[in-house]
Parts: sequence; structure tokens; C-alpha cells
Amino acid sequence: MTINFTIFIQNLLNGLMVGGLYALIAVGYTMVYGILGLINFAFGDIMAMGIYFAYYGATLIRLNFPFAIVFSLITTAVLGILIDRLAYKPLRNAPRISALITAIGVSFFIESFAVVFFGPNYKPFLDVLEDKTIAFQSFIIGNVYIPKIIFIILGVTAAALVVLFLIVYRTKIGMAMRAISADIPTTSLMGINVDMVIGVTFAISSALAALAGVMWALRYPSFYPYTGFVPGLKAFIAAVLGGIGSIGGAVLGGILLGVIEMMLITFFPTLMQYKDAFSFIILIIILLVKPAGLLGKRTVEKV
Amino acid sequence: MNTKRIYAITLLLLFSFSLFANVKIGALLPLTGGVSAFGDLVRKGIDLAHEERGTVLGEKIDVVYMDTRSEKTESANGAARLIDKEGVIAIIGEVISGNSLAAAEIAEKRKIPMLTPGSTNPLVTQGKKYVSRVCFIDPVQGTALAEFAVKTLKVKKATVFTDVEQDYSVGLSNYFIERFKKYSGQVLQVQYKSGDQEFSAQLSQAISFGSDAIVVTGYYNEIALVAQQAKSLGYNGYILTGDGSDAPELLQLAGQAVEGILYFTAHYHPDARITPVSGKFADAYLKKYGIRPSTLSALGYDAYMLLVQAIENAKSKKPDAVAAAIRNIRNFQGATGVITIDANGNASKDVVIETVKNQKFTFETIISANSLK
Repeated sequence: MTINFTIFIQNLLNGLMVGGLYALIAVGYTMVYGILGLINFAFGDIMAMGIYFAYYGATLIRLNFPFAIVFSLITTAVLGILIDRLAYKPLRNAPRISALITAIGVSFFIESFAVVFFGPNYKPFLDVLEDKTIAFQSFIIGNVYIPKIIFIILGVTAAALVVLFLIVYRTKIGMAMRAISADIPTTSLMGINVDMVIGVTFAISSALAALAGVMWALRYPSFYPYTGFVPGLKAFIAAVLGGIGSIGGAVLGGILLGVIEMMLITFFPTLMQYKDAFSFIILIIILLVKPAGLLGKRTVEKV
Repeated sequence: MNTKRIYAITLLLLFSFSLFANVKIGALLPLTGGVSAFGDLVRKGIDLAHEERGTVLGEKIDVVYMDTRSEKTESANGAARLIDKEGVIAIIGEVISGNSLAAAEIAEKRKIPMLTPGSTNPLVTQGKKYVSRVCFIDPVQGTALAEFAVKTLKVKKATVFTDVEQDYSVGLSNYFIERFKKYSGQVLQVQYKSGDQEFSAQLSQAISFGSDAIVVTGYYNEIALVAQQAKSLGYNGYILTGDGSDAPELLQLAGQAVEGILYFTAHYHPDARITPVSGKFADAYLKKYGIRPSTLSALGYDAYMLLVQAIENAKSKKPDAVAAAIRNIRNFQGATGVITIDANGNASKDVVIETVKNQKFTFETIISANSLK
């Protein structure tokens, strides 16, 4: 297969779009880790629930699409707080491995719950839109087709990041979050309600998951209870690649991962079926070579 | 006192009739569980056929339904129960290839003929003497799709999307490519995995290859995503698939993206009046159930009718004779077409091609079994 310029540009754009999706998911992932040191393996499933909430908000409650998104953000944020209260809070002082195993359990629980409650079949997300063709529309420049959805995905990712930075670096609650990430007992001694701040963190990260889920479903409009599994893993890789705990790193890692994946199958089409395997190879390499990630700071555990 | 005695005698008579006189046929179907919808559809077809033809060799036919709960182990248990406890002389079922394989082992061992309505995996009948089917197998539809692509759509360049995780897809791709290359068609092969969602890299190659047709040999979910992403990349050729498209969910998921460009092979369409029986069946079904028959109902109907015909041809209720008679069925006029059972127990029959018009599966044409040799 010869690579011409058109294919290259086309796939670079596609890679950016996929990368934007990974980045949006990875940001929520990395946020919880940065503050709590907890790898929330249920994150992909929270994202899937966000898709379900938006879908049922639009089809059952008959909300307009923008309101369906708001509905999904709020309900998913509440779900995030509930998960923290019921599953993670009792383990706050337990060893990290216990929390990790619990996260995997939460993931299985959400998936099975969705199978029983929403049914195991694929559902068409485009039912939430009045104009279903928007998902297929493209701008055409020369021979390159730029799906309009790219701009929506990248735009939403950028906007979400700006809001997130403002919250974390310009508000009191953001300052409290950063304090907790440094030292929980000391923060508590300063009179900060640690559980409340952690609850807010989970709410924000879950709302981000819901937003990412809606974007994901706009691009890949059929979803089912296990939809969040692969994106969750990819976001985890992206977060580690960029440096887990660092928001900027998550964005960089997400976009890099998307572009690398797409370029791999552009230049080596025969490796197409190993696309996912390649992502995990990246994970292994980064853990071997630069365990703190591209933008991560190497922290020394003080004993 | 007297009336009670008469009742008792009649009951006893009825009981003995059911023991000695009736022909018992087992129907082993997934009536509950994951694919219970399939079992229900087949049952509707069998019930209709049973109403139309309730006797054979001058004896009444009893259909004994046995639920498999959509599971492999229950399929095997159900087959054993039908044979040992109910004493059936033949079994219709199962629907899913994996379940049929489990039941087929039992039927083959106990030497009871089994006829599956819808299992297309070649392994179901392979190397067995007692197990046959009324549907075509995957090599047939791959070849039919290539015939249709070349002769009707005049496709010269095709990109074949193979789901490397599905035996069904790998097989179908190979059979399509084999026949397509015979007509000197050019092929670009690309791969994906079940569950993949991003196909733009494969699609941009397909487009720069200059494909007239994109052939997706997997199942409906990936077919829907490929169709949508192809459209947003400006692809305006055909999309061809096997019977993996034959699910109403495809239309929900893909929407306008498949309108007018998707063609796929199928076992049956109510508008495909291949034999006089096709029309009669479609009308009777609509009258009885108030809806148009779907593929599995037609296959269930054909399985029952073909089995009864085989018993009649055998002039015997002996399982051995019936099994041999099934393998000797030639040019049987079924609802899904003219069926000939070959020496391996597979049905050789016409393949239906369907397309999507106004967001409905629409009958396009028939590829005759003779052109597939």
C-alpha cells in the first residue's frame, strides 16, 4: 500500500479526533488519581452510564439534546458521589491494593447492572438527535474529508479543560483538592472537610466521563453495557503515557495515543488487527523507560 | 358411575393412542434465555406447518417442544430427554450453531435424525450421518455475494473487511474473494476485530484503492459503524454483506447510512416468491399471526415440512430410514426455496439478495443455486 499525502492528512485528522476523545476521558481518570492516588477502573463504565443517561434523557424524558447532556452530567455526577461514598470511602485508609480491587468490582457491578437494567443489546445513540445526518457530514478540502464531528469533539475537549483548570487553580475548592493531593491528614487539620472535597472531585470527574461518553457516542453511535471497557483502558494508557495525575499530561497522552494508533495502521496496514495490542506495548515501554510519564513529576515516597 | 367409566375408558384409549399410533417429532428450541426470540420465531413456523399438515403415513403427528434455555448444555440434555423420555423419531433444532453442535453429538450417537432450521456453521453436519439442515452454509452465501457483485452491480474493485475474531467472517471473506477473483476482480483486504469502533484508517485505504464495493463479512453492529464512517469520508459505492445484516437492529443503528447502497445475502424474504409454497406460506402466516414472516419462521416451517416429507418417502417411522430419506430429498418445494439436501446433509438452494429502501429490508433478487456450483 502506497501512502499518499491525502491518506496521510486524512488519517492524521482521524487520529486527532480519536486522540481528542481519549484525552477527554483520560482527564477525568487522571484527576481522581492525582488527588486520591486511586486508579478508578470503573471510569469507563461510569462513562457508559453517562451515555445511557443522555440516551434515556432524550428518548424517555424527551429532553432536547443539550438538556439531555446536562441531565446526563448531573445524574452521572451523582452516581460518582454515590460510588465514592459506598465503595471507596470505607477503604480510605486501607492499602491501595484494596481500593484498586474494589474499583474493579465496581466496574463489574456497573456493567452487570446495565445488562440487567438496560438490556444487553446495542442501542442507537443517534435517536437523541433531531437531524441524524449530522454525524456523517464532512467538510471537503481537496480530497480530504473532515468530519464535522472532529470540531465538536476537539472544541468540547478544549472547553472542558479550560473549565477544569479554572476550578482547580482559581477556586477555593480547587485549592483544597490540590492540598489533599499533597497530604490528606494535614489538610484535614486545616479545617477542610476532606470527604466533601473528595466527593466534589468524584462529581467533577464523573461529569467529565459523561461528557466524554456523549462525545464518544456521537462518533460511535451504537452502544451497549460494555461500551466503556475499551475506552477506559485506552484512557488509562493515555494517562500513564502523559504522566498519571497530571491533567496536561492526560491531554498530551490522549492525543499522542490516538495519532500513534492511527499512524501505525496507516503505515503498516497489515498490523491493523494488532492495534489494541500496540497500545499496550506503548504502556509497557513507557513504564519501563519513563515510569512517571512524559509530563509527570517523579515523586519520592516519604516514609 | 357409568359416565365415569366411559370417561376412564376414553382417556385410556386416548392414552394408548398417543403411545402407539402417533408420530412424535421433537422440537428442540431456545424458548427462554438470550436468543429466545429466535426460538419463538421458529416455533411459529413449525406450528403453522403442523396445522397445515398434521398427519403422515395415516398417523397423527405430535410435536414435542423442548426448551434449551439458549444454552449448550441444556441443548444436549434436551436432545437426550426428547430421545430417551419422549421417544421422538426425529428432532427439529437447535437454532444457534453452537447449541446445534452440542445437540447433534447426542442425536448422532443415539441414531436419531436431527434437522436444524438455521445453523449455518459447516461443523454442525460435518462427518455426521443423522444431522442435516434446511439452510445453506457460509460458503454458499460468500459465492452468491460475489456472483451478485460482479454480474448485477458490475463491481471491479472490492475492499473486503474481515472480522478476524469470527470464524463466520473469515470463511465468508475467503469464499467471496475466491469467486470474485475468478471474474478477475481486484481485492484489497483489511482486518478488524469484533468490538472495534474506529474504521477510518481502513476506510481511507478502501477509498484510495478506488473500491466500487466495500464487503463487510461480520455482524450488524460493525457493519453499521463502517457504513456511517464510510459516508462521512465521502464513500459512495456499495456496501455488501452476508446474512450478518439480517437483523432489524441494523436499520436502527445505521439509519440513512445504508439506504440504497447496502446489499446482503439472506435465506428468505416474504416478497421472494421463489416457489408456490413461498406465497402460500407468507399469506397463511400473516393471517395466523398478523405479521409478515421472518427468516427463522420460514426455515422452521420448511424444516417441519421437509421432515414430514422424508418420513413419507421412507414409508416408515424408523429413525434410520428417516435419516436416509432426509439425505435423499431432491427439489423439495419449501417456503424459502427449492431445497436439495446433499450427501453431507447441507441444503443446496437459492440465495436471496436484499437491499434497504425507505429504511426497510427490501427483496432485490435471487441468485440461483445452479450458478453457485
